[in-house]
Order: sequence, then structure tokens, then C-alpha cells
Amino acid sequence: MSAVESPGPVVEPTERRPARVAELFLLVLALGAGITAFAMVGRSMTGDLPDGFWPKSTALAVVALGAHVVLRIRAPWADQVILPAVVFVNGIGLAMILRLELADMSGANAWSSLLYTSLGAVVAALLVWFLRDHRWIRKLTYTAMLVGLGLVALPLIPGVGQEINGARIWVNVAGFSMQPAEFAKIAFAIFFAGYLVTNRDTLALAGPRVLGLQLPRLRDLGPIIIIWAASLGVLVFERDLGTSLLFFGLFVAMLYLATQRFSWILIGLVLFAAGAVLATSIFPHVAARMDVWLHPFDADLYDSGASYQIVQGTFAMASGGLFGTGWGEGYPYLVPFAFSDFIYSSLGEELGLTGLLAILIAYLVIVQRGLRTAIAVRDGFGKLLAGGLAFVMALQLFVVVGGITRIIPLTGLTLPFMAQGGSSLLANWIVIALLLRISDNARRPSVLPVRGTVAPGGALNDPIVVGDDAGTPALGTPVRRSVADGPGTGPAPSAPTEAIDPAWGPDHGGERR
Amino acid sequence: MGELTFTLLRLGYLVLLWVFVLSAVAVLRRDLAPRGAPRASRAERRRTEEAAGPPAAAAPAKPAKPARGGPTKLVVTAGPLTGTTLPLSTASILIGRAPGCTLVLDDDFSSSRHARIYPQGDQWFVEDLGSTNGTFMGETKITGPTLLTPGAGVQIGRSVVELQR
Repeated sequence: MSAVESPGPVVEPTERRPARVAELFLLVLALGAGITAFAMVGRSMTGDLPDGFWPKSTALAVVALGAHVVLRIRAPWADQVILPAVVFVNGIGLAMILRLELADMSGANAWSSLLYTSLGAVVAALLVWFLRDHRWIRKLTYTAMLVGLGLVALPLIPGVGQEINGARIWVNVAGFSMQPAEFAKIAFAIFFAGYLVTNRDTLALAGPRVLGLQLPRLRDLGPIIIIWAASLGVLVFERDLGTSLLFFGLFVAMLYLATQRFSWILIGLVLFAAGAVLATSIFPHVAARMDVWLHPFDADLYDSGASYQIVQGTFAMASGGLFGTGWGEGYPYLVPFAFSDFIYSSLGEELGLTGLLAILIAYLVIVQRGLRTAIAVRDGFGKLLAGGLAFVMALQLFVVVGGITRIIPLTGLTLPFMAQGGSSLLANWIVIALLLRISDNARRPSVLPVRGTVAPGGALNDPIVVGDDAGTPALGTPVRRSVADGPGTGPAPSAPTEAIDPAWGPDHGGERR
Repeated sequence: MGELTFTLLRLGYLVLLWVFVLSAVAVLRRDLAPRGAPRASRAERRRTEEAAGPPAAAAPAKPAKPARGGPTKLVVTAGPLTGTTLPLSTASILIGRAPGCTLVLDDDFSSSRHARIYPQGDQWFVEDLGSTNGTFMGETKITGPTLLTPGAGVQIGRSVVELQR
């Protein structure tokens, strides 16, 4: 056969740097969607291009193309779809905020939103530029935990924390109010990734087996109990169901990623359900939320204003129908906070279900790229961090969209990249920077010395598990096949070739049969 | 602005949104191909199959190769590492993504410890190590230790390896 006849050239695989043409192409489309929306909003509302159309469009384009150039230089292997998808949703969000500002809705401010978008993009670019290897963050594991807990507790401090609309999740620092929970989710993702990479074996393998479920040992439950208590504390003292759900969901999901033990999800769901039921029966404000969720069209609730917002949001989406009213033609400003918490229903009114689905798919693409990065990256910390960040974005999306469409009780979370709000924009751009950095490291050609060559010691590593992998590995089996399984789980991920012993030439052979 | 123009603009904008979404999905499709053999490797595999016949069926019937004419190297014929050659010794070859493997694949569709190729007597066998996506000879998924003849392609993730003389 031909492959034998031609002496197989021993090719050193050289992979070229991707030209990132796909990213550029998608970016142009995404910018087109955003800038066209600006123009259409202006045409419909004022009959001409809106005030500041050119500066706004230029700013958005500069943000997108600047980020693209930074990626070209510093992270050439990074995923090419994440950035365009982010610019896409961000641009449409800005257009909606501009539209509400033109409708004289108090609070809507497109320039401030654009400013925070640029700030977020600049911070993200700096992060990608200076953070060369995501594994460096692992050093910050416990710092991140302290920072996260501190950020969560910050709104409770009298004088710093502010209570706005019943939820105590804002802090006021030097005239700027921010929502620290948005940043806390990043800190927690870093902490969980670092903590679980070290402890997942204990969590997965030690403990009794009950009814086919591998239960963890009681003392290993410590951290999850702490996080459970913290997230319940958020629910009770800050009255923020969304953030509480976000943190707890993040931890349970990352536990599952790390250990592949379904029991964690079960334990997590049971704990959260118990906490939620308890909170509903004890605290009146939680019970009120549940009431609004279950009976929004109740005349008393509507008249008292409790369910006014969600009912108006539902009307807005209904009025949008399948194809929407078109930019600037609906009445989204009738819904309180249509530019931040309820931007989803505003978009539903003007773009219809067709537009909403396109936006949701763009988000789905971002999440999918994050999870894909988690599969591709080689070290366990990177896997858990990318998986956790992607999951937290998906969960936030679910909580927001679910709240507005009345699948779950309404919460105060914001739609990433779309809702007006500096903290949310900044934090989510940081998430994107981390995902891009990890994906660059995941797709960069490996510089491992063993790649494609004979590792003399490699032959000694005979498989430990042979055969069917459908069953769970037996207790104590040293081979793990979880999603976070990877070479870099040891303390020295940069030296994965510990098995090589120079004394072993190919002629020595591992074992003789 | 006329009613018709406005409706066209309104729907045109939705089309623009979907053009973006579908383009993004098209870029992603590279990753989503099942068992993900890119075009080059599929052609390669067909060529391999033509040369070796249906390998899984034919292989066990073939007589044992004498050691002298036996294969001397393992060649990656498709996938990210195409062209990589490993000299064969008497040691078994562990293939996967883990850095401890003999042949470290840079292939997302292969498992950490995917498959093993080992000599027994004068023959070489391939064995799947409980990989997620399976190990294939031609279109057949191998379930146990399978005789590996020179020239028969073994598909591991997106990569195809074969023994050559």
C-alpha cells in the first residue's frame, strides 16, 4: 500500500497561528447588528440618526476591534466565536438602552452604559495581555475565597451597603454604587476551582454508598455547608434570591464537574429546596415573592404594585409576538426598569420571539464555547474554572430569563452584557477575558516534550483500568475519568513528564512478554 | 417612511440577527462533527481500508507475520499529528491525551488513556482502554484485544494510526 511504499516522512507537526479571519468576519456582522439597531432606533424615534450616532458607533467598533487586535497579539489561539457573540449581545443591549433613553425613560443612559462597556473591554484586554497563563490564578485560591465572602458581606455593612427596592445588594463607594455580588461570582469560581482540584478525590471516593449513590463523608461536607449557609444568608439578609441561587448552583455544578458524583447534585438540590421552603415560611419578603410568582394576575397584588412589573413585562412580550414591533415602535418604557432588570421583555416587545431566540442562541454559543474550552484545556484547574464560569453565565441567564417569563420567582439579577449596570458589564467582561485566556492555552499547540514522540518511560505506564467504562470505577480505584481529569492536576503542572527516565532507551522496552 | 419599507426593515433586521447566529454556528460546526474525522482523514481512512480490505473481518484470519518482516514503526496517518512516526520496540504503546502516554495525541476526541497497542508473540494487538468515543478499525468499534496487521488503520478520536513495515 502506498503509505508503506512512500517512506513516511517524519513530519514535525507545525501548526500555524490562526489568522482569526472567522472572528473578524463575525465581529463585522455583530457590529453591523448593533450599529444598524442604533440607526433604526433613531429613525423610528426621531426620524433621523440619533444624537451621537457616529461617536457611539465608533466607540463600539473601537471596543470590538481593539479587543480583536489584543487577541491577535496576545492570545492568537483563543476561541474565535466568544468575542463576536459578546459584542453582538452587548451592541443590541446598548441599542435598547439608547431607545429607552430616547423615550425619556428616567434612569436609562446609553452613554454611561457604553462607557462601562469600554471600561470592561479595556480591563478584559489588560487581563488577557498581562495574564499569560491562567494557572497562575490558582495561587489565589484562598485569597479568592476571602475576597468573595467579603464582597458578599459588603452590602450588609451599615453605611456602605444600600437598600434599593427591597434588596440590600448595592454598596456605595465614593459616589459610585456597585453590586459586589457580580464580582463575587468570579472570586467564588476561582476558589471552587482551586479547592476542588486539590480535594476532589476525597470528595469523590471516600464515604459510604447508599442506594447506589456514593455519599461523601460527613466531614467533607464542611465547605458545602459553609457555602450553603452563605448563600442562604444572602437570601435572608440581602433579600436576593437570584444571587443566592447563583452561588449555590455554581458550587454544586463545580462539585459535579470535579467529582462526577450525582449525589452532590442531589444533596445540593435537597439542601436548596429545604432552605427555600424554610425561608418562605419564616420570612415574609420571600413569601411575598413566591406569591407574586404564583399569582401575578391577582387583582390585589397588581393593584398594590407587587406584581405590576412582571405583569407589564409579560404584556410587553405578548405585544411583541413572533416578529416584534420593530425598533422604537413598542412601549417597553411602560415596564419599570425596562433598561436593566427587564431588558429581556423590552427586547421581546421590539424584536419578538425571533429576535429573542437569536439573542439566546448567541448566549448559548458563549456558554458552549466555555464548556468546550473546559474539555479541551489540559490542566484540571483550567477545566474547572472554565466550566464553572461558563456554567455561572448559563445559570444567570436561566435565572433572569426564567424570572421574567415566570418559570421561577423573579430575582434581581441582570442579563449579562445587555442590562444597564456597570458592575454587571465589568464583571462579565472579566469572565470573558478569563475564558479567552484559558481557551488560548487550551488550543495553543502543546510544547510538552513528549508530544508525538516516544516517551521511553511511557511504556511503563500500563493501563490500570481495562475494559468497560460504563460502570463507576470501584472504590479506591486510582484512575479518575471525570471531566476534570487531566494531566495538570498535580502541584507542578508544567512538568507533566515525570515518567521519563533518560536511562530508558527505546531498546530497553518496558515489559517483555 | 412607508409602512412597507418599515416592515421590510423590521424583518430585515431579524434576518441580520439570524445571519450572525447562523454564521457563528457554522464556525462552531468544525467542532461538532460526530467522531470528528476531518475530510483529509476520511479520505485517508478510505485509502487505508481499500488497501487492507475490511480490516476487522480479515485481520484475524491472516497468518501470523514472521518477526523479520513485521512492522517497524507506528505512523499517525490522520489527525492533528499526521506524519508522526514512532519506532516500535517490544514495549506496548499507550495512546491518549495524558502526558504519560507513549503517543500523546493533541486530539480533543480522544480520552486521556485511550487505547493500547502491544505485541504478543510476533503479532501486535490493539485494545481500547474504556475510552469515551471508542476505538475503531474501519467502521467497526473494537471491543476486546484485536489483532492489528500492518496497514490497517486504527481510529482514535480524530486520529488514525497504523503499523508500517
